[in-house]
Amino acid sequence: MFLFHRIPIRVSLALAIIALFLATPHDARAFCGFYVGKADEPLVNHASQVVIAHHDDKTVISLMNDYQGEPSDFALVVPVPVVLQKGQVHIGDRELFQKIDAYSSPRLVEYYDPDPCEIMRPMAMGAAAGMARSEAAAVPGYKEADALGVKIEAEYTVGEYDIVILSAKESMGLQTWLQQSGYKIPIGADRALEPYIRSDMKFFVAKVNLTEHNRTGLTYLRPLQFAFDSPKFMLPIRLGMINSQGPQDLVVYMLTENGRVETTNYRTVKLPTGMDIPEYVRDDFGDFYKAMFDEQVKHNDMRAVFTEYVWNMGWCDPCAGPPLSRDELKSLGVFWLDDQQGGVPRFRPGGFMPYQQPGGPTPVMLTRLHVRYSADTFPEDLIFQETQDQENFQARYVMHRPWDGSPTACEGARNYFEELNKRKAHEAETLADLTGWNLQDVIKKAGLPPESQPKPWWQGIWGS
Amino acid sequence: MDALSSTPKHWTASFADPRLFQIFSLGILLAAGAYFRDFSIRPEHVVLTFAAGLLTQAACWRLTPSKPRTLRSAIITCLSLTLLLRADNLLAHPIAAAFAILWKSIFRIRGKHLFNPATFGIIFAIIFLPGTWVSPGQWGQDVAVAGWVVMLGMLVTNRARRGDISWMFLAFYLGAIALRIEYLGQRWAVWTHQLESGALLLFAFFMISDPMTGPNDRRGRMAHAALVAAIAYAWQVRLYHTNGLIWALFIAAPCVPLWDAIWPARKFEWTQNGGTHVSFSPYPDSRFVGASDHRAVSRHAA
Repeated sequence: MFLFHRIPIRVSLALAIIALFLATPHDARAFCGFYVGKADEPLVNHASQVVIAHHDDKTVISLMNDYQGEPSDFALVVPVPVVLQKGQVHIGDRELFQKIDAYSSPRLVEYYDPDPCEIMRPMAMGAAAGMARSEAAAVPGYKEADALGVKIEAEYTVGEYDIVILSAKESMGLQTWLQQSGYKIPIGADRALEPYIRSDMKFFVAKVNLTEHNRTGLTYLRPLQFAFDSPKFMLPIRLGMINSQGPQDLVVYMLTENGRVETTNYRTVKLPTGMDIPEYVRDDFGDFYKAMFDEQVKHNDMRAVFTEYVWNMGWCDPCAGPPLSRDELKSLGVFWLDDQQGGVPRFRPGGFMPYQQPGGPTPVMLTRLHVRYSADTFPEDLIFQETQDQENFQARYVMHRPWDGSPTACEGARNYFEELNKRKAHEAETLADLTGWNLQDVIKKAGLPPESQPKPWWQGIWGS
Repeated sequence: MDALSSTPKHWTASFADPRLFQIFSLGILLAAGAYFRDFSIRPEHVVLTFAAGLLTQAACWRLTPSKPRTLRSAIITCLSLTLLLRADNLLAHPIAAAFAILWKSIFRIRGKHLFNPATFGIIFAIIFLPGTWVSPGQWGQDVAVAGWVVMLGMLVTNRARRGDISWMFLAFYLGAIALRIEYLGQRWAVWTHQLESGALLLFAFFMISDPMTGPNDRRGRMAHAALVAAIAYAWQVRLYHTNGLIWALFIAAPCVPLWDAIWPARKFEWTQNGGTHVSFSPYPDSRFVGASDHRAVSRHAA
């Protein structure tokens, strides 16, 4: 998949997976932060976002469109395995992306230390860091198709988009056709297009129909969705790398019936989770998560796909956002819910995590994958497989709120405060290790007393 | 040769069996994978696999009392299963290990078991046992990992001497991938990406090279390597299915008796007495191999 901009280029970023940017890549990176918020706040980010519902060789892809430029400058080009008819293309709901993002975001949970003089009663509450928002951009127009070996397989308008499905015989012809039609194609595009043409893939090209767009009264472009039959369970990322000058981020939400999704041609790695980190991170959770993700990417030489969340859509614990309802899942393409009356799950018992929870499981597993890729480290498109793995996973970080009593309250209290200092020092080390931040800075920010700083190994040998 | 023949008897006996090197290599891979890579393998998986596999092997000795008794093959099967098979429950691994070894013991054609036991165990698990899968991408494309696998693999295959099938298979399979890349106009980085896959090399050097289930004659091995490569290619590239290599080895296995019928040669044995055979040659079981293998041995010896 990918995007083209039309010649007047003003777009900040395009759907990276997909995405061929003609706008300056600096714009794209400038928005690439992680935002912290409660689960009920909109979580904004500028990684690309795609939802894929896949079952029995049937796929529904939803592309989040966070395009900020002039609608007339927008165009999107996506390689697709088959010719899509009008009924297979649909306009999605932007809010569902925010909702699925909130539900599956990496989360910070906090626990309050119990009164050491009384009985323990742990309490957890959730906050969440958000990710991702995706986009699209670019434009088509079409003429002289036959002479260039380009065939218009279908042509229709859906919502605010004019859509053309193209097939091409050779890449130069397609490139020429796109250029003649007003797309600014970068050098090297034909080489990236060639493998898709040779694989007999078609090209889904969408541009904005201004009349229809004005009729919607919306200031933004709604997500595009398309449904198709194909054994190919993959996401074409190579096209978007043509003129990319740096790594791109992509968040993929996979909705499947049986289990976790992973990539078969790249390593799929679970993020570090469950670590205890200092309290002050609560106010900087976005920075923390971003630094930790950067560190993990570096640690894996930018050659891995990261799993951020795997959970049955029926519940969560703790919840960074509410699970999506059946109707919401259906509008994201979960078509197999119809076959299962009354939400009765087709689950098997076993696994390492309990399934029967209040609210009950549904036959939908959500896998949230986050990948940062560059042309060198990801030479092939992403190929996926649905495993049978139903073990839940979440990127979850734990913060402990200390008991606020007095060290003299009881015998247990004195011991508690001794242990507390050790714990805080350990949390600071964990944080520095996870994020690559300087340990001394972390200790300072955590407000730890100097004596909790680790001493040099040689101190104490000679009693100094 | 002289050096070997002059070494203590028990020492030579131990190292005469290539399975020991295979166990050593797979053990290192498992440890490295568990430590350096996110292999999702739990210690309890490993323990249960070995418990079930070795107990089943011991039980199977009662079925074939005259056979030499060694746990080496069973250990290799258990190591391969823990390296490749993944499960979200604790039952799948031991069941797969037990079935793999049971099947090997009871189902034989002309004294030779049809399927590589690990291949059979994996296919059995992903078809019949819920919560199981294979992660072909778990190795990553790390050159170091690939290098380790090749190096260790060469060690094993050189000793097992039926390792020519590894190279034949790699030539056919990677050749087909290269042709496809050329046809599609992709970058050659895609080819090296495939080449660096630990899964491919593990398959080539530890699974298809199993001398007990591969064809006896070199021509048979070449035909088999070509067939497995063709099936794996079609499975992955034309049908877009996953785990093409393992499925191809499983699907092509029934052809091995055919190759052996067309090109007869003597069946491979690990050692004469199930691990107690003392060899006076760097090719420890050379008198058990077919004519074409003798030629290869002669060349090496020369």
